[in-house]
Amino acid sequence: MITISHVSKWYRDFQVLKDCSTDVEKGEVVVVCGPSGSGKSTLIKCVNGLEPFQGGTITVAGISVGDRKTDLPKLRARIGMVFQHFELFPHLTVTRNLVLAQVKVLGRGKMESEQRAMQLLARVGLADHARKYPGELSGGQQQRVAIARALAMDPIAMLFDEPTSALDPEMINEVLDVMVALAADGMTMMVVTHEMGFARKVARRVVFMDHGEVVEDAPTAEFFGQPRSERARVFLSKILQH
Amino acid sequence: MFSNFDFDVIVRSLPYLFYDGMTFTLTLTALATAGAIVFGTLLALMRLSGLPPVALPAAGYVNLMRSVPLVLMIFWFYFLVPYIGQWITGASRPIQVGAFVSSLVTFTLFEAAFFCEIMRAGIQSIPRGQVAAAQALGMTYPQTMGYIVLPQAFRNMLPVLLTQTIILFQDTSLVYVLSITDFLGAASKVAQRDGRLVEMYLFAAAVYFAISFAASLFVRRLQRRVAIVR
Repeated sequence: MITISHVSKWYRDFQVLKDCSTDVEKGEVVVVCGPSGSGKSTLIKCVNGLEPFQGGTITVAGISVGDRKTDLPKLRARIGMVFQHFELFPHLTVTRNLVLAQVKVLGRGKMESEQRAMQLLARVGLADHARKYPGELSGGQQQRVAIARALAMDPIAMLFDEPTSALDPEMINEVLDVMVALAADGMTMMVVTHEMGFARKVARRVVFMDHGEVVEDAPTAEFFGQPRSERARVFLSKILQH
Repeated sequence: MFSNFDFDVIVRSLPYLFYDGMTFTLTLTALATAGAIVFGTLLALMRLSGLPPVALPAAGYVNLMRSVPLVLMIFWFYFLVPYIGQWITGASRPIQVGAFVSSLVTFTLFEAAFFCEIMRAGIQSIPRGQVAAAQALGMTYPQTMGYIVLPQAFRNMLPVLLTQTIILFQDTSLVYVLSITDFLGAASKVAQRDGRLVEMYLFAAAVYFAISFAASLFVRRLQRRVAIVR
């Protein structure tokens, strides 16, 4: 579904991604982890073309992201993305947040879009908040709305960029629960996260990045059981200590 | 000390002052504001486009407009617009547009530079993540701007935009150089006809003050109401 092959990216002279390769198959959940500044967020933003990259190729459902001829908005409409800081549109109600792109991008009817929105809000447990503005919701609720907004586009794959990093600890689980349910439904997911519990539970593979490189790309059990690289071992020992 | 003054002249000329003068002033203010916000927003988008061939002319325009006295612009346009009209339409003679259209064009073009800077600050105040979120949903650049960025920028900047409009309202009095009958022009004509300069100019000042002050109080109240909850 998503194929990342030999991707390199520079900010001027500084190389943020070095020859990164991995892939996510249909229905697969892949967790990307690594220390801050390892390039994992940058890599996931390259997948839907939010960040340009200079070397290598990324294809999503057979369409090359880096190709100048690719209609990026059209491709992005098929890939859901969830951000660290939610990025709900604060001037629109929760329902309007979910309806806007369905109507304007997919060309769906208003009635149908609203039905779909209500259906998804119910699924993330927020049907009662449909008429509120994002600012009236807690962080965890906002992030669930953001997931519902991405799902409203009926995406073929979902990208999560540290979806729980900006949340208070007591709100992390409500978001992870939604993501676990989504994975159980067979959604193709690429997830940048520090939540190793989540990774263990739902990820088929774990990609470990450090200094812009993919250091390890292994099945979940193997990654947590016997990480091959020293860097992954150090990283795991640091975040699994407590 | 007011014994020599004849305030009756004000009452006598009220219909002329307000029906002729103030109507013109308010019409000019409203139309110029509307035009300048549209053109100014366009300039702001150009300046923020990141494309030098688009951004540089916009920046140059804004800096030029902000460096020239408004009175000079009013004069210039009054004499130039007919020739520009002639040039555009290919007519054989300068096209007479009249003082109203000429001043409307001037104020729109001049104020657009100021509204551009306000909208630019407004657009820059929107977190970049909002643009990324809109793009991630498949929105094109015009959709992202039209539905996500500009509505928020506009709301954030509404108090500043209205304050600038109050300044514009005061600045429209400069059209007296074209002998137009705006509010000040009307007051000035009555003042000279009846020899009641002090009374009329005092009254004009009081009216400008009352309207501007009331408007800025309104802006302050509005400011508290429109703020977006984040």
